Amino acid sequence: MRKYLLKRVFYMILTLFLVATITFFLMKLMPGTPYSNQQKMTAQQIQIMNEQYGLNKPMWVQYLIYLGGMLHGDLGVSFQFSNQPVSYLIASRIGASAQLGIQAMIFGVVLGIIIGSVAAVNRNTWVDTLCTVLSIIGKSVPNFVLAVLLQFYIALKLGWFPIADWGGFSYTVLPTIALGVGPLAETARFIRTGMVDVLNSDYIELAKAKGLTRYGIVWHHALRNSLIPLVTLIGPYTVTLMTGSMVIENIFSIPGIGEQFVKSILTNDYPTIMGVTMLFSAGLVAVILITDVIYGIIDPRIRLSGSGD
Amino acid sequence: MEEKIKLSPDSFEALPKAEELDNEKIAAPSLTFVQDAWRRLKMNKGALVSLVVIILMIIVAFGSTPFINHDSLVKSAPKYANLPAKIPGVPINGLNGKLKVSGEWVDEYKENNVPANKYFVLGTDYLGHSLAQRIVYGTKISLIVALVATFFDLTLGVAYGIFSGWRGGRVDNIMQRIIEIISSIPSLVIVVLMLIVLKPGMTSIIAAIAISSWTTMARMIRAETLQLKSQEYVLAARTLGESPWKIAWKHLVPNLSSIIIIQTMYTIPTAIFFEAFLSFIGIGISAPQTSLGVLLNDGQKNFQFLPYQMWYPAIVLCILMIAFNLLGDGLRDAFDPKTRR
Repeated sequence: MRKYLLKRVFYMILTLFLVATITFFLMKLMPGTPYSNQQKMTAQQIQIMNEQYGLNKPMWVQYLIYLGGMLHGDLGVSFQFSNQPVSYLIASRIGASAQLGIQAMIFGVVLGIIIGSVAAVNRNTWVDTLCTVLSIIGKSVPNFVLAVLLQFYIALKLGWFPIADWGGFSYTVLPTIALGVGPLAETARFIRTGMVDVLNSDYIELAKAKGLTRYGIVWHHALRNSLIPLVTLIGPYTVTLMTGSMVIENIFSIPGIGEQFVKSILTNDYPTIMGVTMLFSAGLVAVILITDVIYGIIDPRIRLSGSGD
Repeated sequence: MEEKIKLSPDSFEALPKAEELDNEKIAAPSLTFVQDAWRRLKMNKGALVSLVVIILMIIVAFGSTPFINHDSLVKSAPKYANLPAKIPGVPINGLNGKLKVSGEWVDEYKENNVPANKYFVLGTDYLGHSLAQRIVYGTKISLIVALVATFFDLTLGVAYGIFSGWRGGRVDNIMQRIIEIISSIPSLVIVVLMLIVLKPGMTSIIAAIAISSWTTMARMIRAETLQLKSQEYVLAARTLGESPWKIAWKHLVPNLSSIIIIQTMYTIPTAIFFEAFLSFIGIGISAPQTSLGVLLNDGQKNFQFLPYQMWYPAIVLCILMIAFNLLGDGLRDAFDPKTRR
């Protein structure tokens, strides 16, 4: 177990190092300059600015400075967001994104489990068909389309929730729904498939023979066993939520990481792009590692061998 | 105790000859793998309808190429801007050139002095482009992106997977680590980086999807190849001195075909979504080019007053996604009946 963990952590660091390197050199290849009005600036001004941001040093020195800074959590200074350090920008915005992401994950997974179980128990009835149709639609309708529709019809027309901005819980409801529908549809399909499998197995047959209630069977026997593989989906869900946050936060004007990422891309703000890229990669790598370990713990049949599986 | 039972020949009775033969006869004609899958797919109505929808969309999108040229797509006509849909002879409000303005239906075509014989089936956008033309063109872009993603899945993904699984050992280990690293970078980040380095547009979207789409396919192919490798028929082919290339092509690929088809069908909707997503947030395909994502973004800005500008592209995109998802599910059930519920 310890050997496996060490190996995984080593690969994690290697991955992050590669991402940092690739990102850094790609940024340098980027067309355009970080200065929005370079034509109006004199050569001297540009030189002063370059010196201030360390852009006049040779590229490999910049690279080493960047890597060294990152070890201390220093991600550089944003070119666009009024010269704030990127780490500060991220720290001040991560709360909203994390809250939204966690809410969407809980919303999607819990509701998905319920819908999937209901579908599996009522297999091949209209309930099942309805659940399947809903999950196909949930999987197919892009979350940004859904977000715009929710914003217009529920927030603007009906006025049930605030249209945009970030305040209390009521501000998070619509973005959570828009963001969580993807995981919801995926979970519902996944649970249904797993549960139908489990419901056909011998121990369910035995539980029925013992005279357990339908609810007892589903709750104690079927659901538990079909929940285990769901852990493997947390990684992909994290990706979905990170991707989704970029567009959902924009639509609902939420001051989060995703919104900042889009802005920094559109304005050539290299340090912010690099910082958020590193944050996303680190987040995903960590989530994958944690879920792998959890999976090994809750399902002892999975050996944590680490030898290429 | 032993008693001899006397059996005379006439205590036996011959059965009619035809019946006897029937017992041996195989009732159903033997089917090849593909025929069998097709038979199962035909029973799945949703998948079949999706297949028809997709084929129709492909025909319309690519068949429109000679009619929708780049010039007419880009040329703006401000005097026709923001006109709602008008189909001659359809007296339904919303499809007859009328638009709901502060609760009342107003004939926008009359208001803007549009010639009586001029009409736009799905209306126009804020620059006076025909929305129908733009949607067809956008669908074509989506399908091209899907096609390219499929191509890389099929070439890079399959080849990488087979090679890795076949060679095994150290090579396999290194190749798997590479995949692990690529797939632990969020594909979004890869896409964004590619878009920044290359110019936003078709090429960079395709390059980005090419880099990030094939890893799942490669993984699944490798796992299956590892199993197939130890099968007797592969062993026999090796013993007979068949070259690895031929074994891969003749024995492995046909046996992997169901995985390949199923996995491809999962790549396509993802690729289509990604293109729309990137264009929607403004870092994908940009004006004057268009795609479904660009149309959605444009439509979203005027959604309150001109809802049709967003609804039409949204509906087309959703139909496209639903069709590919349903067909994918149908193909999975058809090619891999074990997973069927």
